[in-house]
Amino acid sequence: MLSINNLHARIEEKEILKGINLDIKAGEVHAIMGPNGSGKSTLASVLAGRPEYEVTGGSVEFLEKDLLELSPEERAGEGIFLAFQYPVEIPGLTTTNFIKTAVNEVRKYRGQAPYDAVQFLKLMREKMAMVEINQSLLSRSLNEGFSGGEKKRNEIFQMAMLEPKLAILDETDSGLDIDAIRIVANGVNKLRNKDNAVLLVTHYQRLLDYIVPDFVHVLYNGRIVKSGTKELAFELEEKGYDFIKNEVAQEA
Amino acid sequence: MNTIETIKERYQQLQSNNGSSVLTPIEQHAFNTFNTLGIPTVKNEEWKYTRINGVFNKEYAFNPEDISASISESDLNAIRFPGDEKTNELVFVNGLYSNELSTIHSENLTVISLEEATKSEYRELVLQHLGHSSKYINDGLNALNTAFAAEGVFIHVKKGDIVEHPVYIYNIIDARSANILAQPRVLIYVGENAQVIFAENYATFGAAESFTNQVTEIVVEKDALVEYYKIQNDAAHTNQVTTTHIRQIGKSLVNTVTVSLDGGIVRNNLNIAMEAEYSESHFFGLYFLKGATHVDNHTVVDNVKPHCQSNELYKGAVDDNATAVFNGKIFVQKDAQKTNAYQSNKNLLLSNNATVNTKPQLEIFADDVKCSHGCTVGQLDEEALFYLRSRGISEAAAKSLLIHAFAVDILGHIKPEAIRQHVDELISRRLGVEIE
Ligand SMILES: Nc1ncnc2c1ncn2[C@@H]1O[C@H](COP(=O)(O)OP(=O)(O)OP(=O)(O)O)[C@@H](O)[C@H]1O
Ligand SMILES: [Mg+2]
Repeated sequence: MLSINNLHARIEEKEILKGINLDIKAGEVHAIMGPNGSGKSTLASVLAGRPEYEVTGGSVEFLEKDLLELSPEERAGEGIFLAFQYPVEIPGLTTTNFIKTAVNEVRKYRGQAPYDAVQFLKLMREKMAMVEINQSLLSRSLNEGFSGGEKKRNEIFQMAMLEPKLAILDETDSGLDIDAIRIVANGVNKLRNKDNAVLLVTHYQRLLDYIVPDFVHVLYNGRIVKSGTKELAFELEEKGYDFIKNEVAQEA
Repeated sequence: MNTIETIKERYQQLQSNNGSSVLTPIEQHAFNTFNTLGIPTVKNEEWKYTRINGVFNKEYAFNPEDISASISESDLNAIRFPGDEKTNELVFVNGLYSNELSTIHSENLTVISLEEATKSEYRELVLQHLGHSSKYINDGLNALNTAFAAEGVFIHVKKGDIVEHPVYIYNIIDARSANILAQPRVLIYVGENAQVIFAENYATFGAAESFTNQVTEIVVEKDALVEYYKIQNDAAHTNQVTTTHIRQIGKSLVNTVTVSLDGGIVRNNLNIAMEAEYSESHFFGLYFLKGATHVDNHTVVDNVKPHCQSNELYKGAVDDNATAVFNGKIFVQKDAQKTNAYQSNKNLLLSNNATVNTKPQLEIFADDVKCSHGCTVGQLDEEALFYLRSRGISEAAAKSLLIHAFAVDILGHIKPEAIRQHVDELISRRLGVEIE
């Protein structure tokens, strides 16, 4: 589904991704872990098409398309969804109005007729129940004054509404209480099927108890330096990143 | 014949046809002032950023006749605010009040010509308040309007009454056969304890050019409540200078919102003279400018008496080659202790060719006051733009949503729901967004 090849990217003259290779197949869950500042969010942003990042080398193929050629909105139309590490607050735009516009723009891109008010409301009710989010939150301005956990839940709600093929969750578990992690994980699990895939960025093994990954990768200094199965996450949790850093140092 | 000559000829004609009235000396004085001051140029500090004299290079018809008949019901329907059969509608055509097209339902609302008013029980009110705006706006255009004051109307809102249905004022120009100069003139008196909502718009029919030079003076008595909404969305080949001059002569509450969308050159003077203790005023502005539209909001809040509160917020987005000018003056006179005055102007600059000139001015002569002012000129937030686009919303739609979001709080100050929705629709159409 997604094939990243020797991807290099920089921001403001600073090279951050230094040759990423990653293959994700439909139905799989991949987790990316790694120390702060190693480039995890950068990778997520580059995949979603953030204009500030400049891709300086490599390629990304998504469902047989050259992803790097597409605008952020086209990528969303193709089925990429990024749950932001830091969701943006937009005073004056209600979440409901925003998500309705988004759903219908994506439907337009996919050649589907827009939802009318009734259909939209039905879909919204269903997804709200799935991610246990409150109507009152959605009538407010987008993320404005939301608590950290409410923002993350709103990201998952948006994901549920847009039904992506590849969901990239950038530390969606950070700042969530234990119940909220379970709810978010349930939401993700309910949306999983053989045709879609999930890329999780996380610092904590705990999330992986709920969303069990097929592969775990360690991103360090702009490269994936180690890949394994979910056992790797336990090893990291236990030993920290030092042993990885040492391995990298020895290879060099 | 150029327009200035047309004006002068018309003035002479009127003066010789009509017999002398108590308004004659006021008109004569104003006409002399106009002759002395002329049309303001950019050398006039108050007109530094708005080149209005260019408008006078064209020839305009400045007709004395009532041409209400040329405005059809479907013309009216095209420009009506939403309302019901009880709505009061005051229609001006080419600057003259049209009895025929206007409908007044509320008994506590009286509309008569200023000339007539001077021969009625309202004589003293008219003589006391007519022309007060010239104390604040000392330019040729204000004088030019006053030189024809007798053609204006007097609106009286009876003391102690609530005008339950809004008063809609439609300023219509019929420019289907010639360039038109229009000079609506209104004096509004809102009696003690009365409550009234005004909403006005401007509409030009026809492809010829028009210039509106409007003066509206409003006197607000004790315990009265006035809401005044001005919606400007006329065609790009129309120009207008509007003066809204509000005197709070008794402790009262005034709420105004000025919304400017399409148009050529639009200059709005808004003065609020707070002449009674414990008065309160809120004035808001909203503009979304595109093309070559030039909108200049000049506001003056004059705190004359102590314990008054004023709150001013103007917000707008300026795209293409458009220009927004904001000049906000707050005066706090020597006696006006405990004044609380807040002012802010926030702009989004959306194109490299768009211009914003914003200038707040405070002149404070009292020592125990709270005043604050600020202005910002910024761009759309890139983070927010990416966030929306990452959800599949096209760049253009995302920008429109953000621009709408930026200003939507001002809309909340348009209290009547029907007008608020109507304005939101105008804005949404202009921005190309769907808002529920
Ligand atoms: N605008 C920028 N200019 C310069 N450096 C930047 C900029 N944005 C990000 N970086 C740097 O890029 C590096 C990678 O950042 P990134 O956000 O991808 O890390 P991360 O792996 O997601 O970290 P965390 O675990 O803390 O979320 C960091 O060193 C960061 O400081
Ligand atoms: Mg990060």
